[in-house]
Amino acid sequence: MNWNTICHIDDIIPGTGVCAKVNDAHVAIFRPLNNEQLFALSNIDPFAEASVMSRGLLGEKDGEFYVASPLLKQRFNLATGQCLDDDSVTLPCYQIRTLNGQVQIAG
Amino acid sequence: MQKQRIVVIGNGMVGHRFLEEIIAHAGNDHYDITVFCEEPRVAYDRVHLSSYFSHHTAEELSLVKPGFYEASNIKLLLGEAASIVNPAEKIVSSKNGRMVPYDKLVFATGSFPFVPPIKGYEGTDIFVYRTIEDLEAIEKCARNSKSGIVIGGGLLGLEAAGALKALGVDTHVLERAPMLMAEQLDQDGGAMLSRKIENLGVHVHAGKNTLEITEGDNARKKLVFDDGEVLEVDFIVFSTGIRPRDRLARLSGIDIGERGGILVDDLCQTSHPDIYAVGECALWQKQVFGLVAPGYKMARVVADHIFTEGQSAETSLFAGSDMSAKLKLLGVDVGSIGDAHGRTEGAQSYVYQNQPEEVYKKLVVSADGKTLLGAVLVGDTSDYDNLLQLKLNDIALPENPEALILPNTGNDGAPAIGVDALPATATICSCFDISKEDIAKAVQDGNTDLASIKATTKAGTGCGGCVQLVGQVLNAELLALGVEVKNHLCDHFEYSRQELFHIIRVENIRSFDELIAKHGKGHGCEVCKPTVGSILSSCWNDYVLEDSHTGLQDTNDIFLGNMQKDGTYSVIPRMPGGEVTPEGLAAVAHVAKEYNLYTKVTGAQRIGLFGARKEHLPEIWEHLIAAGFETGQAYAKALRMAKTCVGSTWCRFGVGDSVGLGVELENRYKGFRTPHKMKFGVSGCTRECAEAQGKDIGIIATDKGWNLYVAGNGGMRPRHGDLLASDLDKETLIRTIDRFLMFYIRTADKLQRTSVWMESLEGGVDYVREVIMDDSMNLCETMDRDMASLIESYQCEWKTTLSRSAQLKRFRHFINSDDSDDNVQFVNVRDQHRPATVAERIAITPVEA
Repeated sequence: MNWNTICHIDDIIPGTGVCAKVNDAHVAIFRPLNNEQLFALSNIDPFAEASVMSRGLLGEKDGEFYVASPLLKQRFNLATGQCLDDDSVTLPCYQIRTLNGQVQIAG
Repeated sequence: MQKQRIVVIGNGMVGHRFLEEIIAHAGNDHYDITVFCEEPRVAYDRVHLSSYFSHHTAEELSLVKPGFYEASNIKLLLGEAASIVNPAEKIVSSKNGRMVPYDKLVFATGSFPFVPPIKGYEGTDIFVYRTIEDLEAIEKCARNSKSGIVIGGGLLGLEAAGALKALGVDTHVLERAPMLMAEQLDQDGGAMLSRKIENLGVHVHAGKNTLEITEGDNARKKLVFDDGEVLEVDFIVFSTGIRPRDRLARLSGIDIGERGGILVDDLCQTSHPDIYAVGECALWQKQVFGLVAPGYKMARVVADHIFTEGQSAETSLFAGSDMSAKLKLLGVDVGSIGDAHGRTEGAQSYVYQNQPEEVYKKLVVSADGKTLLGAVLVGDTSDYDNLLQLKLNDIALPENPEALILPNTGNDGAPAIGVDALPATATICSCFDISKEDIAKAVQDGNTDLASIKATTKAGTGCGGCVQLVGQVLNAELLALGVEVKNHLCDHFEYSRQELFHIIRVENIRSFDELIAKHGKGHGCEVCKPTVGSILSSCWNDYVLEDSHTGLQDTNDIFLGNMQKDGTYSVIPRMPGGEVTPEGLAAVAHVAKEYNLYTKVTGAQRIGLFGARKEHLPEIWEHLIAAGFETGQAYAKALRMAKTCVGSTWCRFGVGDSVGLGVELENRYKGFRTPHKMKFGVSGCTRECAEAQGKDIGIIATDKGWNLYVAGNGGMRPRHGDLLASDLDKETLIRTIDRFLMFYIRTADKLQRTSVWMESLEGGVDYVREVIMDDSMNLCETMDRDMASLIESYQCEWKTTLSRSAQLKRFRHFINSDDSDDNVQFVNVRDQHRPATVAERIAITPVEA
């Protein structure tokens, strides 16, 4: 497996997301809390087909995190990519890890 | 079997009520109903006629739910007056030659204004006050007039005077009796009312008779009084009582009272059993009822009778009606209950008079002191509901009845009659005859807020006087049912926005993490985060993109621009009051050209640049700020702009400097966050070119200062603003706006525009006025201080952002590459461009960016 180093974890403000370019794909990386827990999903909003997911607000329900699209606010589970407002829609997920403070995405 | 045919003549408030009653009884298809309506529009609310001047839409006054007539299969003949009835053949003929046969006929022809035959009473610039057409004529005339007089100082006359004053003319009221509202008030109450009204700038002339009206020397009309004095005004409105419109009934051979009015019995039947009369055209036991509540009762009696005829069911009887009234005339509270004059034999009275505060209250009690017969309230009607219930339900008076009207100075306040003390049958809403148990039942059926109670029972939707009481019954019933009223923000906070605001202020909380750790649970969501972010900003006005606040900001705030459908942003620099210099325009044009931005004048009198890539935003703003612009907060829940008309500096009609004021206000309030976005409007004269009455804050110049309207809205659910105060000087105006904004920030719900907020406040604009102008809650000093601190801490967020290098990194599209977003593509349209649709994008993306 090939791990692409993206940035340092401190480059991501806790409670927000950023967008990374991984082999020409737009990948949203989210850091919900002030720790090393990270999630990676496609940055393309499947409803609007715009590269915006990393700019959505993060929320938590019953211990699970989700992101609400900044355009029309559909919510997606960060761990599974499942859309919480439309069963038929799922965002592609990426494997992500932190190594010595460096954020890496598989691909 | 052929359906029974009902014909109704007249489509006023009572005529319409009859239709609602009969449809409610029998459904849509039971009768064949035809209605003659002489006016060009369906039934409207004459009780609130003067509000037409502030709102100007007949729709708002309309009493008819859209589609009611169609859905109910009622044939409505608009603008068609009935001309004769033939009771022998049971046919009504109309002016247009139409003939309509009936089985049951209802007269609801109402009344006409009585104008005394004073010499010179016919002619131009003389009006009556009854229909929307009358109001339109008065308004048109007032535009070319400096002064006007209302002849007649009764209830309607004072309504009319209020309308004249609102139209900005020097207003006079003339009353033949020695006091105003002689029907409802006693001498001292009338005197107090006169004094209060005079203090408002209306000239009261009581105890005078007009002998003659001639042409004036300095104004258009001259009135000569019986005491030899004269008065010159530009126009005259007569409000000298009403007379039943009984002419058609008289011509048709129906019995009429000696002094007018169609004679009816307790079933509201006329001399012909199949012909009824209801409302102001009817004479019952020698009385004509000039209020709407008795008319509504008659409508119900007739509907009952027609429906139950031939069945064994019981029908209701008309038994007179309570003529009590609570009103606000020219801003003065006036209440009159029952026997206000103490005419009942042996009646005794208690009087409380407070001259400095201009309050007068009187109780009239029975000879034995055990029951309330009547009351007069001027300047303070807070006891009205209480007293009316005592009277209507014959509740035994407490030992010291005077305590009912004395101010609450010590520990033992007035013995309030809590709603619990009222019998279930107590009438709460007399317009619609809704009892306490009707409301309780509606609550039990699941109507747990005021709006749905009003919608289901209609209680409080007539004159509106009982709304507070309806609210109390609702709350008592909810309490009794053990319903807990939840207004939690979301799963993470068991508090309302208002409560969180209070907590954040009192505990000096500065971040979301601190708040959720102390008072919430979990990690927040897209509901509570922006709400708390907004409150923090409203309280402390910190830079919204501090690291601890960044994750709280919604779509637009997080990159300080409005995100468009393709992920690009709009850029809108502030142009206070819509003012922009040629140099400024050139700078905007230059930026638009350099960054290839679609350019449009927005709805808020500013220039919007669209299609800016996120990574270009900092450079774009650097150019704009260098040219002297600041952020326009077009992305924020904050003040957007003050829309202005050109005003007195250039406009030849202008009365006040609307642009100057708009610029000043926009600069004063820019930047800090409010529960929802806010728009201001400032018009330089009553032509209202800035459409200020459709704004959260609307200001209209008058020749004496500024009129302040609040809680207007355009958008999805348009609402005209409520007039909060008139003729303010600039200092008072600004102080009042300061407090209005602070009060809104403190108490509104999340994402609640001022219009919705205002409608949620019990007491509405009157309540707001008490809080922010009369300081009834002792809040004004704090609110003034808070506003001063918000204004002082203003910063241009884009300027701050540009000064922080760490921030600038956030604006790149990729954190690990300088490439742009290749999904952002444009197609040409009208010499500019728009975002490509997905299909268009695929078609033109073979070449990788």
